[in-house]
Amino acid sequence: MTGHPQKASIFLENESYVDWHDETLWWIREKRDKASGKVQDWEQLRETASKIKEHTLDNLGQYLLDFEKNATDNGIKIHWAEDAEDHNSIVYDLLKQKKTNCVVKSKSMLTEECGLNNYLEDQGIEVVDTDLGERIVQWLEQTPSHIVLPAIHLKKKDIGEIFTKKLGIPFLEDADKLTQIARNHLRDYFLSTPVAITGVNFAIAESGTFVICTNEGNADMGVHLADMHIASMGIEKIIPKTEHLGVFLRLLARSATGQSITSYSSHFRKPAKDKEIHLILVDNGRSDILHKEKFRNALKCIRCGACMNTCPVFRKTGGHSYQSTIPGPIGAILSPHYNPMKYGSLPFASTLCGSCSAICPVKIDIDDQLYHWRQELNRKKSTPISISVVAKFLSKSGWFDLGSKFFTTIHKLMPNVAERILKPYSHNRKLPEPPEKSFKAWYKENS
Amino acid sequence: MKIGLFIPCFINQFYPNVGIATLKLLRSFGFDVHYPIDQTCCGQSLANSGYQKNTKEIDEHFDQVFDPYDNIVAPAGSCIFYIKTYSGNRNKYRERLFELSEFLIKQNVLEQITSHYPRNVGIINSCHGLRGLQLGKSSELAGDDHSTLTTILSKVKDLKMIHLDRSDECCGFGGTFSIKEPELSVKMGRDRLKDFIKNGAEVITGTDVSCLMHLDGIIRKNNYRLETKHYSEILYQT
Repeated sequence: MTGHPQKASIFLENESYVDWHDETLWWIREKRDKASGKVQDWEQLRETASKIKEHTLDNLGQYLLDFEKNATDNGIKIHWAEDAEDHNSIVYDLLKQKKTNCVVKSKSMLTEECGLNNYLEDQGIEVVDTDLGERIVQWLEQTPSHIVLPAIHLKKKDIGEIFTKKLGIPFLEDADKLTQIARNHLRDYFLSTPVAITGVNFAIAESGTFVICTNEGNADMGVHLADMHIASMGIEKIIPKTEHLGVFLRLLARSATGQSITSYSSHFRKPAKDKEIHLILVDNGRSDILHKEKFRNALKCIRCGACMNTCPVFRKTGGHSYQSTIPGPIGAILSPHYNPMKYGSLPFASTLCGSCSAICPVKIDIDDQLYHWRQELNRKKSTPISISVVAKFLSKSGWFDLGSKFFTTIHKLMPNVAERILKPYSHNRKLPEPPEKSFKAWYKENS
Repeated sequence: MKIGLFIPCFINQFYPNVGIATLKLLRSFGFDVHYPIDQTCCGQSLANSGYQKNTKEIDEHFDQVFDPYDNIVAPAGSCIFYIKTYSGNRNKYRERLFELSEFLIKQNVLEQITSHYPRNVGIINSCHGLRGLQLGKSSELAGDDHSTLTTILSKVKDLKMIHLDRSDECCGFGGTFSIKEPELSVKMGRDRLKDFIKNGAEVITGTDVSCLMHLDGIIRKNNYRLETKHYSEILYQT
């Protein structure tokens, strides 16, 4: 057993912890239901968002060029990165220009995707994640287990312990006090660091502006105090017009946490006097996905995390069991593009229940893509003999009836053997009681 | 209207009574129902494992068997969803295939239901029926709750419908998922069952026998005081 099943079975060993994790995320799912329920025409809003994103993907090249021109006119310096390596070296060169060996960074799944922290640390640069959850997982030398709630897998006790270890304070579990301590700890970095890195939630082609949504205000604190703001965004984050922004802002926070809007939705148009804004547009495989008809819709994702909160597999096995930067249902359809071997178990880590697609604010057909990934992963492989044999039995009524009769006999006379044949299904779960005869046998006698 | 009754492979094998109840129920409403004896399976188990490329002959066989019928009805939402959505027969059969509950509603026969069932019943909203075939409104979507099964069961005398904390969370069966991730599959099932027990259900019913089979296997393993029953057996009691 490898991949997701292996990690899942380790996670499942501690049932009370699993239940806690499941209930915590379900609570957020319920908050989302309440928040979305208060918006009239919520389904229409999802449909509109989906249509805007589809249109944008159809015309992505043009919108990117429009954005580049308008942002440049505003005084923002645009950089293009073909892959993660490109992105990281652009950031490094900028940091060298500012002669700094420390940088503050707010939440950005893209920099996680690019492995920026490790890259910069290898070059001797300290990266300070300023989102509290990200700071905590950084201290623990872990990765975020959820794209919106990076430390959701940790209990208060774990967090208290890492604060004690890293800051030398007495052990505390009080969230408010710990947050205050973290603020003071981060403030020293905010005040002394000349460069701040952020992600981007939306970039508007017609205005050349971009928007960052946070709850902690850490992104704003970082960029306002720094001389240089480096913003990293995937090329799919473009939206055509300012008037579209309201559609997405109404959907994003409600879908993510059940808030009506994030505490901060900060708009960036041009650098303040004597300051610089650099924006890196990152492809890193996105153009390839755009050209795969069955899978391109995944690029509509606005990274709200709703599919994770609703997914029973995610809630009961945790984000780390996916072993990919983006976990959960959306991660299971994005990650295999990058490495089908490594992430090949993820499309199978689902019952195809479809809750992810039904909750997605931009209507990504996640469960459908999971199904197609399963086909794609086997497309070039030869079929195992067992599958070919089953296919034969299921396509010939004579064989089917013979197999059925054979199994009924074993099931009745040697139930233990029947259970062994159907392992691991019958592990921790009983097989149905053997019936006297199959439906077909009954029908033949009674019709 | 000539109706072909499709009894999926595992129902044929393990739950003949569901097939019998479905057949007799449809006949009791006056439908001209036939069970084509050469039928086998829809092929979903292979396709969901990523081997749809090996299901061509299964599709051809299905087509051969069911082509003579105007409508095809099955007591199994998931199989119907698969054929209508993915199988090679999806275009040809999209308008002719029905899960039993949607067929009964479409044919407007609910007033003929005479069944009496004085039990506390909880519904396991099977995902492929609910979100795939849209036999109801799933909890993620805005709007008023409804489902074909609640409409039908509301016609059964003395049946008390139980509300759950999580109205449509997946039971964890997932076809081959139950084999690929058995511990998780069983954990998901156990958690659903706790919801039914907590809210006072005595019987679990639903539109997919596969979910019921999985839950029943966990009930019997743990000696929970619950039983599962496909709703055809509630509507047609022998």
